[in-house]
Amino acid sequence: MNNANGPSSAQTEFVLPARSPLLSRAGWGTFLFALILVCAVAPALNLLVPKESVFYLSDYAVGLLGKIMCYAILALAMDLIWGYTGILSLGHGLFFALGGYVMGMYLMRQIGADGNYKSNLPDFMVFLDWKVLPWHWTFSDSFAATLLLVVAVPGLVAFVFGYFAFRSRIKGVYFSIITQALTFAAMLLFFRNETGFGGNNGFTDFKRILDIPIATPSMRMTLFVLTGLTLLGFFLLARWLVKSKFGRVLQAVRDAETRVMFSGYNPIGYKLTIWTISAMMCGVAGALYVPQVGIINPSEMSPANSIEIAIWAAVGGRATLIGPIVGAFIVNGAKSWLTVAYPEFWLYFLGALFIGVTLFLPNGVVGLVKRISALRLPRRYAPRNDGNDGQHGNPSAAKYKSAEGRDK
Amino acid sequence: MTPDLLEEGAHRFEARRQKVLQGRTESGGRAAGYARIATPGEVDVTHGRILYLEDVSVSFDGFKAINKLSLDIAPGELRCIIGPNGAGKTTLMDIITGKTRPDSGTVFLGSTIDLLRYTEPQIAQMGIGRKFQKPTVFEQLTVFENLELALKVNKSVTASMFFRLDSAQGDRLLEVLRTIHLVDSVSRQAGNLSHGQKQWLEIGMLLMQDPKLLLLDEPVAGMTDEETERTAELFLSLKGKHSLLVVEHDMSFINTISDIVTVLCDGAVLAQGTLAQVQADERVIEVYLGR
Repeated sequence: MNNANGPSSAQTEFVLPARSPLLSRAGWGTFLFALILVCAVAPALNLLVPKESVFYLSDYAVGLLGKIMCYAILALAMDLIWGYTGILSLGHGLFFALGGYVMGMYLMRQIGADGNYKSNLPDFMVFLDWKVLPWHWTFSDSFAATLLLVVAVPGLVAFVFGYFAFRSRIKGVYFSIITQALTFAAMLLFFRNETGFGGNNGFTDFKRILDIPIATPSMRMTLFVLTGLTLLGFFLLARWLVKSKFGRVLQAVRDAETRVMFSGYNPIGYKLTIWTISAMMCGVAGALYVPQVGIINPSEMSPANSIEIAIWAAVGGRATLIGPIVGAFIVNGAKSWLTVAYPEFWLYFLGALFIGVTLFLPNGVVGLVKRISALRLPRRYAPRNDGNDGQHGNPSAAKYKSAEGRDK
Repeated sequence: MTPDLLEEGAHRFEARRQKVLQGRTESGGRAAGYARIATPGEVDVTHGRILYLEDVSVSFDGFKAINKLSLDIAPGELRCIIGPNGAGKTTLMDIITGKTRPDSGTVFLGSTIDLLRYTEPQIAQMGIGRKFQKPTVFEQLTVFENLELALKVNKSVTASMFFRLDSAQGDRLLEVLRTIHLVDSVSRQAGNLSHGQKQWLEIGMLLMQDPKLLLLDEPVAGMTDEETERTAELFLSLKGKHSLLVVEHDMSFINTISDIVTVLCDGAVLAQGTLAQVQADERVIEVYLGR
């Protein structure tokens, strides 16, 4: 470990903290491990291992893990806007559902004439006695357009909403309440049959994606791998964002927004950018979620769903990136077990978990792990310098020589 | 045409030329001209004033916080502002930095920039730095990152995403670190600094912005005597290169640094002059210093 802040600041040679890499060596190792797990181990265990084997990964588990990975993307997106920028959104379920609905529309069109009514129109339209597709279904038969709209629709909604909210300097709990109201209003809108999104039944009974049957093990595995790759890719993107000066401005906005303004930054642009990026990530998560779960309906926009996203992030540890992903796995893993074992206690558990984390684990599970490992660490690795708890500590250091020194 | 006449004519001509030269007005050390081109983004101080406020008034719910205030600051000047609580000192800074819009009046940076037309970030980019009464730094970031954020560079979103500190900027950062005596704390989290160190860090962040005008709201509040002394030294070294507007209550500190002191009371200038002059002023004693 370099002596970064020693008293050795000589006249000509000073030490400035170096740019730390995107991920540490151990970080890249873990990343690679996760990549292999998702792309090789899981498919092998599911498709190649015989069903009787103890190592067999059941289709149910693949579906569950795929679903939780979608949730992990949501938690990651929430961390960017809440953990790093300090803006608590209680409407992220809306962006998730919008991405899901765009994908759902495409999947509905893929059913073709194989529906219950043997019509080219989706079943619910036949049921409502509609003769033509509504205008907003125009591009729903194109997969390329669907991929574009999956990010564009949530992105645009977030951008327009965010522009007015941030320009009006709506902050803190007021912003949270408005986002909550937004997703609730959208839910009521989507519940209506006239909106053309299948009313309270939403979309379901999907048959194909890209003309390939959707319910086969290999298709399920493909979607699983895609979700895993997206999660890992988004993690790197988020990491790059928060490691850049952009990310530090976001944290500065969280800590002291007026100082940011008087330093010459316009916080609106920064907040709007991360808000829109976060919404787009949610849209992608929604699009990956729908074909795996096989249904999308307006209940995805219910306020409780959006609040749950915040809980995952808080449980895992805000402003750590890895924390919210871990949090999403812990909470949803517990949920899928508890709702089967003790269905009546699930909500109590969720409430208790949130209270417990808020009271005892302000930095979430990741904060707890860090605290424990700090306790167990031998004293010689103990505080490098006063105050720095190692969280942001940057042991490596680059030597900046003065201009004369460098010119030689 | 005789040589005499020629001689006389030459004299007359020269005399007239001298008269013209003597009568020529001077403007900021430059020859007078019919017109000057205002360069965008550049502060025009040829008229000898970097900040100019005239008849500024602002009221909050009927309370006149600033009442027809006029004030001007010369380039390189260090101006101290004193006054009782509620005199409008902080509101004055709010107006200059764009945080509060006055009800009436004009506020100019140099001769050409109407500050009332710009937002806080724009005004900051033009070269007005502000230190708050309560030290405001980014507590979760390190000292280094705090200074890096304040560095005068393109502050758009995309520029920030791809920003890399180059060596000249690194040198600048080190220079400021040395100035504010925080070299040894470069990797510490700003939230763990002492109160005085936070004050210094905030001043350092202003210096990173390379401002033309610094507004400092109670910069030595909560500092030890030694820190106060070093701050006074720092301000005196900044004087001349930057213009400073310092709001303080610490009279000995003001005595060390000030040339001209402006006394504010009830949102208007009550007195102005050297510290000795204003301290002798009956009205100032009445409202502020006490008998």
